[in-house]
Amino acid sequence: MSLLVSPLKLRELGILGMNSRNIGFIGRYNQRKNYSLADNKLKTKSAAIARSIPVPELIGTVDYQFQIQTLSHMLHDRDAFVIKPSQGSGGKGILVIVGRQGELFIKSSGGLIDDRDVRRHSSNILAGLYSLGGRNDSAMIEALIDFDPILKDYSYEGVPDIRVIVFRGVPVMAMMRCATHSSDGKANLHQGAVGVGIDMGSGQSVCAVQHNRIVSQHPDTQIRFDQLIIPHWQQLLELASSCAGMAGLDYLGVDIVLDRLRGPMLLELNARPGLAIQVANQSGLEHRLLLAAEIADDCQDAEQKIRLARQHFSSLPKQP
Amino acid sequence: MINSRIQIALISGLLIALGVGLTLYKAVSLNLPLLPGEYREVWTVESKTSFIPTDGPVNVGLRLPASLGGWTILDEHFVSSGFGFSIIEEPVNVSTARWTRQSLDHATTLYYKMQIYRASVGRQLPTLEVEVPIKPLLELDQQAAMDRVVQRIRQQSSDRESFTLLLLQELLRESQDQDIQFLLSSYGNDSLTLILHSLASADIPAHELRGIELEDGRRRQTLSSLLEVNSGDKWIIADPKTARLGLPDNFFIWQRGDGAILNLSGGRNSSLEFALVSNSLPAKAVLGMEQRAEEFALLDFSIYTLPVEQQGIFKGLLLIPVAALVVVVMRLLVGVKTSGTFMPILIALAFIQTTLLVGLIIFLTLIGSGLWIRSYLSRLNLLLVARVATVIIVVILLMAALAVTSYKLGLDQILTVTFFPTVIVAWTIERMSILWEEEGGHEVLVQGSGSLLVAVLAYLAMSNSLVAHLTFNFPELMLSLLGVILLLGKYTGYRLSELYRFRDMASK
Repeated sequence: MSLLVSPLKLRELGILGMNSRNIGFIGRYNQRKNYSLADNKLKTKSAAIARSIPVPELIGTVDYQFQIQTLSHMLHDRDAFVIKPSQGSGGKGILVIVGRQGELFIKSSGGLIDDRDVRRHSSNILAGLYSLGGRNDSAMIEALIDFDPILKDYSYEGVPDIRVIVFRGVPVMAMMRCATHSSDGKANLHQGAVGVGIDMGSGQSVCAVQHNRIVSQHPDTQIRFDQLIIPHWQQLLELASSCAGMAGLDYLGVDIVLDRLRGPMLLELNARPGLAIQVANQSGLEHRLLLAAEIADDCQDAEQKIRLARQHFSSLPKQP
Repeated sequence: MINSRIQIALISGLLIALGVGLTLYKAVSLNLPLLPGEYREVWTVESKTSFIPTDGPVNVGLRLPASLGGWTILDEHFVSSGFGFSIIEEPVNVSTARWTRQSLDHATTLYYKMQIYRASVGRQLPTLEVEVPIKPLLELDQQAAMDRVVQRIRQQSSDRESFTLLLLQELLRESQDQDIQFLLSSYGNDSLTLILHSLASADIPAHELRGIELEDGRRRQTLSSLLEVNSGDKWIIADPKTARLGLPDNFFIWQRGDGAILNLSGGRNSSLEFALVSNSLPAKAVLGMEQRAEEFALLDFSIYTLPVEQQGIFKGLLLIPVAALVVVVMRLLVGVKTSGTFMPILIALAFIQTTLLVGLIIFLTLIGSGLWIRSYLSRLNLLLVARVATVIIVVILLMAALAVTSYKLGLDQILTVTFFPTVIVAWTIERMSILWEEEGGHEVLVQGSGSLLVAVLAYLAMSNSLVAHLTFNFPELMLSLLGVILLLGKYTGYRLSELYRFRDMASK
């Protein structure tokens, strides 16, 4: 196999490039004034609650350094929680605590940290260490998601989430992101998480990649990806589609987690979703986006958009 | 409303055409060569005469230099706002510029700018009539010491040349002979006058040779002095600061012999300073300027019209768009990841001062040790702003340590460490360190080497002589560059890195 692929071939496959994404979609369809809702997880959360879109429970927020002292009081009855910067990007600065051991906290990776480490992490968040452009930020503490046990083995030391690209209200492409040991429990493809392309029609897995290379099973749990079917698929697509109207962004990445009891929940929105989803699906976005524009022009209500999307963007042969 | 794509195409087409058109016009009708070709180093010397006026009419006389020692004056330019101005030709190739004014109420600076270059290597100065030296009038004890010194050196020397050299060496020596120590202190440490007096006492005709030590980028250079001594059949030049014979390459003679260069009546606190900039100009252009110094105004579309200090700054500034283009191409077309969008340009600018290899070594040392110290700081749990400030101070300390150690070891090149932008280096360390904690060492390597690669390419582009020639002589090319960058801003094709990233997709 050659080291480089010809640009003509990529064009034929309809692969969306970074420049084309920035100019043709993000720059053209996403108004800058609407970014703040997607970039700030607290704003996303309150907007979602207002529209009764399910989200993980918010335990509290820390806006000022002095409040860090009260952190242990806020957390005294919680065993499992997540501390994240409300304006973080790319999964940066997310601290996941899965339990306690005496005075210590257990991280999702199994490592132990103490009260001081938690306070330091929060202080770094407030100082803007993890935020876009280093702005001052606030830390939000969420309840740990009790994720659907069907997905349990697909992710190692971390919560798997499902990213759906939504273009003008039409869900276009989806993938599940599974944390691995090498990604340090983070569902970030950059750091070595596995991306599993999901068929839009059925919610079945299409293909799985790690570090841009095709894999057939999870490197840590050895579970095969080809058996994976995402539960609550229709409900999940409805949630994704409804976020587009809420965010006011026409080209949007919606990150969703599946809760054991409450089903699909909105984790966060992304105004500049990455391109790795194409590799996970082994399919280009460009053709689908053009088709999605037609669908969006033709129909007004979300239900019809989703039905057409499931019909057109299914890459698997129809199940009998 | 026209589509933004067409707008961009129109604007950039216009800009590119304008830039290229102006360049061609200058090349064809003003005869400025497009290719560097053979270079001549042309110095622009700007003398600044400053003074505070007193009551009454002001009269400033500035002795002008003659073309001596192979130097040729291309172009002269006087700034004399509100002053009457005239040039008074005196016999023997000497002329004086004179500014006059009835009264003046504020401190003033008068400018005289000229462009000079060394036309021939011959350093022979025209012969000068030898005058019998007049012996200085000295106190008794001074006279006795002087006699002893002259006596002693005369015994050790064979001719006037070796006498002069021995005398100069004697004065430069760290442990001086008692007589010389006494003489120096009685002359108030004015060694030049002492030398002239000693030579006169030994009946050797000599005089001062005043001029400027040419040093690129100096803004407040003052006059310095050499010594011209008659060795019997010819005049020889000696540098009292080094005790070397001959005219140094970088010495531009302003005045031969005694007499004041600046004459001021009606003012006080006068000072004479020089700003210097050297440009490598194509020989053809220099010749052209020389031939039509009168029409030179035609060329004054260019940066040359600016004061010398600003010219020097623009010389560097005009290179930055080229570096920006390199960054744009590398990021948009190739897809190299850099830490900080334009940080590579700042690093490349530092490389220009340090030279590439030394710059790379210094940069890697700074970042490496900075990261190491920063990894300790991250355990101290400091607030971000305080931590970055700490890193800035650490970087400055590191720079100082690097400079001092290298100086002690005799590695003078490392002293250029000061050209690295401290705050940028500190932020780079901070970002790299966070990147390390967040995404692992791999990402640090990718972004770090990406930034360095872009910086090195930008450096290579900026230090290219053709690029330097074109940007400085044809600044309108910047318009074309702007057009190209605007066009690139609308490029929606694939990046080179994406052809690699998506390579597996095609095999399916």
